[in-house]
Order: sequence, then structure tokens, then C-alpha cells
Amino acid sequence: MKVTTKQEYPHGEQGIVPLMPEAETRPEKRETVDTKDHRYRELDKVLDRYRGEKGELIRVLHSAQKIFGYLPQEVQAYVALKMDIPVSEVNGVVTFYTLFVTEPKGKHTVSVCMGTACYVKGAQDVMDKLKEELKLDARETTADGMFTVRSTRCIGACGMAPVMTVDEEVHGKLNADDLTGILKIYQEQDAGEKHDQIH
Amino acid sequence: MQVKSMIKSIKDLEAAKEKYQPSIQLRLGKASQQSQTHVLVCSGTACTSSASQAVREELLHQLQKHNLEERVKVIKTGCFGFCQRGPIVVVQPDNVFYCQVERKDVNKLVEKHLIGGQIVEELLFQEPDTGERHQKMEEIRFFHNQQRVLLQNCGLINPEDINEYIARDGYFALAGILNQQPEEVIDQVIKSGLRGRGGGGFPTGRKWDIASRQEVTPKYVICNADEGDPGAFMDRSILEGDPHAVLEGMAIAAYAIGASQGYIYVRAEYPIAVDRLEVAIRQAREVGLLSHNILETDFSFDIGIKLGAGAFVCGEETALLHSAMGARGEPRPRPPYPAQEGLWSKPTIINNVETLANVPLIFRKGWEWYTGQGVATSTGTKVFSLAGKINNTGLIEVPMGTSLRTIIFDIGGGIQGGHRFKAVQTGGPSGGCIPEEHLDRPVDYDSLKEIGSMMGSGGLIVMDDRDCMVDIARFYIEFAQDESCGRCTPCRVGTKRLLEILQRITKGQAEMEDLELMEELAYDIRDASLCGLGQTAPNPVLSTLRYFREEYLAHIRDKHCPAGVCKELLHYQVVEEKCIACGICAKACGVNAITGEKKKPPYKIDPEKCVRCGACLAKCPKEAIIRGGLQVPAAAAAVQEGVTKHARSAGIYTNA
Repeated sequence: MKVTTKQEYPHGEQGIVPLMPEAETRPEKRETVDTKDHRYRELDKVLDRYRGEKGELIRVLHSAQKIFGYLPQEVQAYVALKMDIPVSEVNGVVTFYTLFVTEPKGKHTVSVCMGTACYVKGAQDVMDKLKEELKLDARETTADGMFTVRSTRCIGACGMAPVMTVDEEVHGKLNADDLTGILKIYQEQDAGEKHDQIH
Repeated sequence: MQVKSMIKSIKDLEAAKEKYQPSIQLRLGKASQQSQTHVLVCSGTACTSSASQAVREELLHQLQKHNLEERVKVIKTGCFGFCQRGPIVVVQPDNVFYCQVERKDVNKLVEKHLIGGQIVEELLFQEPDTGERHQKMEEIRFFHNQQRVLLQNCGLINPEDINEYIARDGYFALAGILNQQPEEVIDQVIKSGLRGRGGGGFPTGRKWDIASRQEVTPKYVICNADEGDPGAFMDRSILEGDPHAVLEGMAIAAYAIGASQGYIYVRAEYPIAVDRLEVAIRQAREVGLLSHNILETDFSFDIGIKLGAGAFVCGEETALLHSAMGARGEPRPRPPYPAQEGLWSKPTIINNVETLANVPLIFRKGWEWYTGQGVATSTGTKVFSLAGKINNTGLIEVPMGTSLRTIIFDIGGGIQGGHRFKAVQTGGPSGGCIPEEHLDRPVDYDSLKEIGSMMGSGGLIVMDDRDCMVDIARFYIEFAQDESCGRCTPCRVGTKRLLEILQRITKGQAEMEDLELMEELAYDIRDASLCGLGQTAPNPVLSTLRYFREEYLAHIRDKHCPAGVCKELLHYQVVEEKCIACGICAKACGVNAITGEKKKPPYKIDPEKCVRCGACLAKCPKEAIIRGGLQVPAAAAAVQEGVTKHARSAGIYTNA
């Protein structure tokens, strides 16, 4: 991993990272992040592959999100720098698409399908109950960082409507009363893992 | 993978076809010399969601245990379409169609059927009304009125094996047209009458013609696989079940317009489809059916994948172009059309998945045959995804011009739970709701437009008497408002204001003027928006206003939701004659809104305290609590008055 030097910043230090709060724009800080964190090294591999090609920003951001779990400002600025794209443009793309998130997600992502087929079969009730159960109001992620609840567009499993997914797993033909049981599976699973770690 | 030798000529294609033909014939249920059995397990998204992969793994495990691996092959296929009864497992050549197969059934299936040679009756499909069990797929009523030509390989071949596609005459259309002039190719597509399946219905051949006349190079072919309509999964099923058909269609299009690079723009939410496409492209390259000098001609063509990132507007072609170039997916005014100035400002044709999958079919069977399918102005077949309050949810293919009644009642098996049909929504957020009076209408581009809806990409959502049409309109406008990219004001602000009016109506806070205001605004958004999203966004409102005006009136004038959906308009009451004063309802009520004395009926619900959660109704053992909406409590009326005033002062103009 080569250390980024000032000469490599094509737009000058100030122009690149206007978005970030001042404390974080200091180059020393980012350099330490850049060089020590293995995730940045992984991102570098992706960047090396696509840097020269036109129009690959979205693909790079997908990879970056896979590596980091979300796209914090540091990562956006880093991608902008490496791809020689204004950070405003990167941020514009990140905020345009719903699949890109700028906040860390909970351990499990619960996506309630809000496609029409699910909606007419009571997806809204499922969503309401879920939010009540997890004590979420405007927030998406639970206080304990366990679940992030989002609504999603049609996932194409309309035969099982209403549907929600927890991470990759699909739970179909739901009604509001099933939710406690489903959430419990994941909670217990995690409790089990913790238990194993202790012993 | 069994891909070995390069395919350099039609002869090589024929050799590959010959080699794989026996297993395809076997799977078509035709007797062959082979003593093999193929077990087809649906691996489409819907069946995978209902754990078909667990069934597959268990099958493999059991076959190993019984030493049957040589004789019985397990094949992953694309979607059969009968998603309601998934996971689907078909045993060939015995032609037995099993549905709702669970992991625990596998043991029985292996021991009784595969070893014992007897059919497992209880896993066969049973018609819900007659109780008759069917062994064969074609006996099931769901498949009766369908004409599966585009989906002929879905549920038959392994989508991850190019040879099986070739055995079904795959890539022969491409090989055939490479001996023709590009103009002849375009001419045949024009004559076939193929129209864009993405919704608009623009003649595909004309689009190609425009692109081919551009003198700028390079040119591009883009496959639009950004299927964003909620409740629509046609394109995904084709991509998952028969990806090579799309690649072949793209290659033919590229040859016709003189392009050498193509892209498939696909939603990132479709991981299985993306995987299958990647496998398909790799295999096509390996055998030389993509990349340089295809079939030893001068024609070179390659395909890349571009991933979307969750923006509905990217289905619009100019927005898609921006997104494919890695930018925000915002549309731009047309002209210039993408066929003139598209990707990197070069001529680009953008065709939908289903459109491109139709292309090889036109050349394989001839455009004359193609024009014989469907109706005069809409030729061919159309794939629909059938969902909502219908018995048989699934993916169907019917000739254009089939009536909605046939689709919903014959194929779809009618409405769930004996409820009454109310409307069918076609065309997703851009379409409209079609009431019962139009059920006998043929489904084609023009006839749907006449009644204020549109074909759209092919999602059909069926609604029954428990669905509130105002709420459905609100749902779609919420969707459009959420997905509006913000580029033009009529769409960005218009949909927001439209949504606010609809929210007022569903909350019982609207006045009669709101209805006029809403209609006027809807027409303004339609006429002034930049792209298709905004121009069609008001359709759900306009069509429900046209056919279900009385429901709007009930919400506004009587503060009553006839379907009992809009929570704020519900009113819970105890039926005095039925109440036995057991007190269960009072206990169930979380806000102490129910009062009464045990054994002294009736109990009473205080409408001011009631939060309309429905807990009492669910708990009442005598069904003595009903939900209605005819009374307007004085308090609610006061609130409503205040809100309306507030809305006016906030700058919302009414005609009043």
C-alpha cells in the first residue's frame, strides 16, 4: 500500500473534501486510516481495477459498501480522491440511490416488502407491528444495534405475500403475530454466539 | 461446467444440439432409450424463497444415500410460473408435477416415487374447487389458457448450461441472421410488429432503424433489466430461467445496428438474476458466441453488466443512461433520443428484457408466424406477473388480446376466499385500476390505454372488496413521490402535494374542493413533467377517480371508508343484541375505551378514547363488535376543521 502524498491530490486538499467536518479533513488523520485499515487495502484492489474505466463509480461504491457495511464520508472522499472525481459528485450519487447508506446498519437487516402485492395483503400492518415490537419510530436501527428495519420494493416473491427478509432469509405469508417469533430466532441465535464466545 | 469446444459454425451448433437433445427430450416427457430420470427443481426467486434449495440439497443427499446418483439427475431450472404452490418439483420422463414440496417430503418422494415407481398422491396439485388432483402440468387449469413460447425454456433447461439452451435451438437465430444484411434483419423485426415490452410499446424495429442510420460510431445495445414496478417479476424470471435468450436477442440487435458492445443494466436487488447472467455471459464467451469474430464472421460483440442501486426512475431510458455512466440517474429531455445520442453520446438502443427475448423467437419461427400471434396492433405473447388477492399467484404467458377475465378467473383461479373482484391494477405506478365492467376487454397496448391504464411491463395486481381504492391511489402516489428524482418541479412538488391531498382524504380531513384540486393537479403533473415517471404518476389517481369516484365521495363527504381500510375513518361499535357482557373486550382494550358491567350487556366503546387498533374486534368471542364508519364524532369534525384551515394558511390553494 503506497502512502498517498499531497502531490497526488489533483484538486488540491481543500477542494476534495468540503463535505467533511473540519476535524476529519486533516490529512494526517485520513492517512492513518488509509494505511492501517485492511478494509482500505481491500478497497484499493477494487479501485485499481476500475479506476481507468469510465462510468464505474456505482460499481465501486457497491464494492465499498460491501467492504465497509456503509458509506461514511471518509470512504466517499477516499473513492473521490482515487477516482479523480469531485467528492460532491460521489456524494450526489451515494445520496441518490436508496441502496447506498451513509449510516451503519444493525447486525441484521429486516426488509419489509412494500410492493403492491404485499401491500394489499397487509404489509403495512407487518411494518407497524415490527416498529412497535422493536421500539422504532423515526429511526431505522434499534438502540442495541441489533436490527435495521427498512421497507423494500418488490422482491418478486409475490406468491408468499406479505414478505419480509431478514438478511438473506425470506419469511413469507406473514401476519403481525408471527413477528415476535421470527425476531426471537435471531435474538437467540446471537445470544448463543455470545455465549460460545465467553466459553 | 461441460463447456468444451468452440462453436464456429452452424454445424458446431448442430453437433452441440444433437448431443444434448436426449436429455431435453426426456425432460419434455418423451420416452427415450435412456433409463435416466430427471428431477427438476424450480430455482426461481419465489421457489427459492420458499426453500426450494433445501429441497434440492436434501434430494441430492437422499439420492447419494440410496445410490441413485447415476440413474437420477437433479436439475436446477428457472421459474415454472406457478409460484403460489412453490417449491415446484417435476419428475421426468414420468411427467409428474409436484407442488409445495418441503424438505420433509423428500424422503417419501425418493422412496415411493424414484425407487418404488409410485406417485406420491398427496404432493400433487389439487384444484381448490373440484378437489381433483392432477398429475401432469398441462392438466392443471392454471396452464390451460397459457401459450408458453417465450417462457418455453423456463422450468425446462438448466439456465446455467449454455448447451441446454442450444439444444432448444438457441443461438440458431443468431447464426442465421449473420448471413443476412443488417437492413434485412431490421426489416423483419419491423414486419413482426414487435413492440417494446417495457411499457411504452414503441415499435422495436423502428428504434433499431433509427440507430442503424446514425453515422456515428461506436454504437451500443443496452438491455433494460431495471424492473422496478412493485409486484412485477417477469423480467427477473426470464433472466433467471433463460438468460441466453436475452444475450442472443442483444447480439442480433447489435448486428442489426452495427454495435460491438452491449450492457445489461440490472437491479442490484436481483442477485440470482445477476449471477445467472454472469454465468451465461462467461459461457457464451468460452464457446465463442460472444466476443471476437462470432461464428467466424467479422461480427464481434461483447456484453457487460451494469448494476443499478435502487432507483425506480432508472427504468426510464435517459435516466438509465446516466446511471449506466455512473452518475445520478436523472432523466433528460428528449429529443435527442438515445437511438441518436445515448451512452457516451453515441447511438444506443435500449430494449427491455422481454423485448429482447422475443427477438430470437421472431427469427427462429419467422416474422410471418409471429404476426399470427396476438392481435393486429399488438403481436406476439405477453408475460404477466399475477399477484394480489388471487388464488394462483404466478408468472403467466398469454397471447396479446386475451381478456382480463380469462387471465384472472381461468388462469388465476379467481379471488381468494370467495371475496368479490373489485379492480385489477395494470402497469404498476404508471398504470391504472380497471373495474369489473372492463373485464372482457382484450389486453393489448391500445385497448388498455383507452380505458386509462397501460400495459406497463406486465404486473397485474388483483384487488377485492376489502381494498380501498383511495388508499391504493395514495399508495402509488406515495411510491411515485418517493421515487421522484427531483429534477423537474411538476413531478417533485406536484406528487408531494398530490400525496398530501390523498392523505387528507384517507384521514377524513378533506373537503369537496380537494377533489377538484386533485384532478387539476393530476393533469398538470401529467402534462408538464419531464419524463415518463412524472407523466404517468397521476394515472392511478385519475383512473380510480374515473371508476371509483363514489369511494372518494364517501371518504370526503361521509367520512366513511367503504372497504374498511382507512384507519382514521373506522368506527368500532358493539352490537347490543350480540353482546353477552363477558368483559373480554374491555380487558383487551389498551386505552380503556370500553366500559360496561359484567353480565349486564351491552358494553360501550368511547369513540374519543378509541385508537382503532382492532384488538377488541379480534378478541370478541361472539363477533359482537363491528367496524364501520358512518358516524362522525364531533371531536373528529373539529380536528378536521382545524387541519383544513391550517392547510389553507400553509399555501395550499383551493377553489373555495
